[in-house]
Amino acid sequence: MTLKHIAISNLRRRKARAIFVLAGLLIGVSTVVGLITLVQAMKKDINQKLELYGANILIVPKTENLSLTYGGMALGGVSFDMQEIRQAELEKIKTIKNAANVAAVGPMVLGPVTVGKHRILMAGVDFTAAQILRPWWSVKGTIPAEGDGVIIGADASRVTGLTRGDTVRLQGRALPVTGVLEATGSQDDGLIFAPLATAQGILGKRGKISIVEVAALCSGCPIPAMVKQISAVLPSGNVMAIQQVVKGRMETIGHFQKFSYGVSALVLLVGCLMVLVTMMGSVRERTVEIGIFRAMGFRKSHVLRIILLEAGIVAAVAGIAGYVAGWGATSVLLPLFTEGAGHGAVSLDPVMAGVAVLAAIILGVAASLYPASMAARLDPNEALRAL
Amino acid sequence: MGYIDAENLIKQYGAGEAAITAVGGVSFGIDAGEFVAIMGASGSGKSTLLSMLGGLNSPTSGRFLVDGVDVFALTSDERADFRKQSIGFVFQNFHLLPYLTLAENVMLPLAIVNMSRKKKLSAAVDALAHVGLADKAARLPNQISGGEQERVAIARAVVNHPPIILADEPTGNLDSHTGVEIMKLLAALNSEGITVIMVTHSNEYAHYARRLIKLSDGRLAGEETELRRPV
Repeated sequence: MTLKHIAISNLRRRKARAIFVLAGLLIGVSTVVGLITLVQAMKKDINQKLELYGANILIVPKTENLSLTYGGMALGGVSFDMQEIRQAELEKIKTIKNAANVAAVGPMVLGPVTVGKHRILMAGVDFTAAQILRPWWSVKGTIPAEGDGVIIGADASRVTGLTRGDTVRLQGRALPVTGVLEATGSQDDGLIFAPLATAQGILGKRGKISIVEVAALCSGCPIPAMVKQISAVLPSGNVMAIQQVVKGRMETIGHFQKFSYGVSALVLLVGCLMVLVTMMGSVRERTVEIGIFRAMGFRKSHVLRIILLEAGIVAAVAGIAGYVAGWGATSVLLPLFTEGAGHGAVSLDPVMAGVAVLAAIILGVAASLYPASMAARLDPNEALRAL
Repeated sequence: MGYIDAENLIKQYGAGEAAITAVGGVSFGIDAGEFVAIMGASGSGKSTLLSMLGGLNSPTSGRFLVDGVDVFALTSDERADFRKQSIGFVFQNFHLLPYLTLAENVMLPLAIVNMSRKKKLSAAVDALAHVGLADKAARLPNQISGGEQERVAIARAVVNHPPIILADEPTGNLDSHTGVEIMKLLAALNSEGITVIMVTHSNEYAHYARRLIKLSDGRLAGEETELRRPV
């Protein structure tokens, strides 16, 4: 027989009250867990989608001229004053504060070449980075090894008649066509891609870069901050974020997150009030019992511990059940909040489960402090006269 | 000076002209091992006096000493410790906790004592055996009779081996036959050296004590010693 035994025995006897306290905390905990898990899952989903977009930061040379293009239609404007970026400067990107968030840096040199009768735009790329930056690429054939060939866009292939296995002569160099890109619907369809160093040599732009694409890992990556950091280390480049599509959605999730926290706080407050009211009722119901304890020599602190133990035990159960309920509800609801197959499953998070149980115990005990101190302060003589 | 000394104990409820005097200046001494009955009509202050002797109810004035210790000069926690070590209460309505077995009810005073579970259980079974209920240790209070419940309450009062038992109308809710059994049990405990102070309004049961203190309107109204126990 210990104080814990008394607390557990009382909970067993007064099941209805225990269930009421449990329900109050369970609803609160499951709501908080559900909403937080949902927001996290939605963020994860949007981040996964963002990564699928490939590059999300673009670095182009600074120019004083405005481009005369609209809707993909070029009207003849050429940026003669364009300062190209020096390839050696790209190393500086690795020195920015958020360098760990940089997944890939894709330098590209651009310039026109003549293939047969056709003028065609050649892009020199780092094919390793290009595959990260353009996960949608599907090549019929193989990606060329360094200095050993080109791949050609679907439209360029159709216009020039070049296909896999052919050889293209550029500035006196014979390069095999190792693959043909399947149509992407982008400007890539009209380009011929060669390894960066090869293209720089053909175009006479050794050590120079026309455009740089950067893919940032987007699980919590601060794109605007990274843009500023890259701008600081590459003053010759014009750094732009290409994340407008997802930015709006991220903002929506941000608003939903704030709303979730507000709702969670409100539900927890109501849960705590339920615990407070139920525990006060329980203490009033047990006035005589508390009087007997005091007559037997229980100190005020013993009575306090019995009440708080009861609250703590119920709260711990509510924390565990609340986490499972919240996680279950999120698993069911998540497909309604995300699109496509990217939402996946919500995994059990032991840290969040621990925090949920701990928070439930803290809230349950805190809400029971006043009823417990009321019980401890009961005059034993008055308590026994309440017969 | 006795083992227990009440010195001009006064207990008033309320203040000013509306104050009601429950106990109006009572003094007496009780030696260790005595069996004392406090008798009086309803409202005579006997239960108030008993609650003061148990350290539950502070007197408005006066002193109450047990073995030379001024009980009401102690702090709340010290007074709780005094009750734990020195007093065993037997209530008129038994006050057993309905959700605990008889053994668990008897073990209750040991819940705040540093002792192994095995020893606690052994002490509870011994106490139940003392009142003839060892075979019903696993039952719940609602599975036994009123007389048996009172015996369990007595077992609970003595499980901690206190030197003093305070019994408030221990036969109040029992038939006369069961009442006599309870009185014999208290007398037996007294013969083992426990000081028993019992409040009763029954002259017959009062004679199981060796000494009778009579109260009327909160004051001592007489005292009898060398009482003859009913056969």
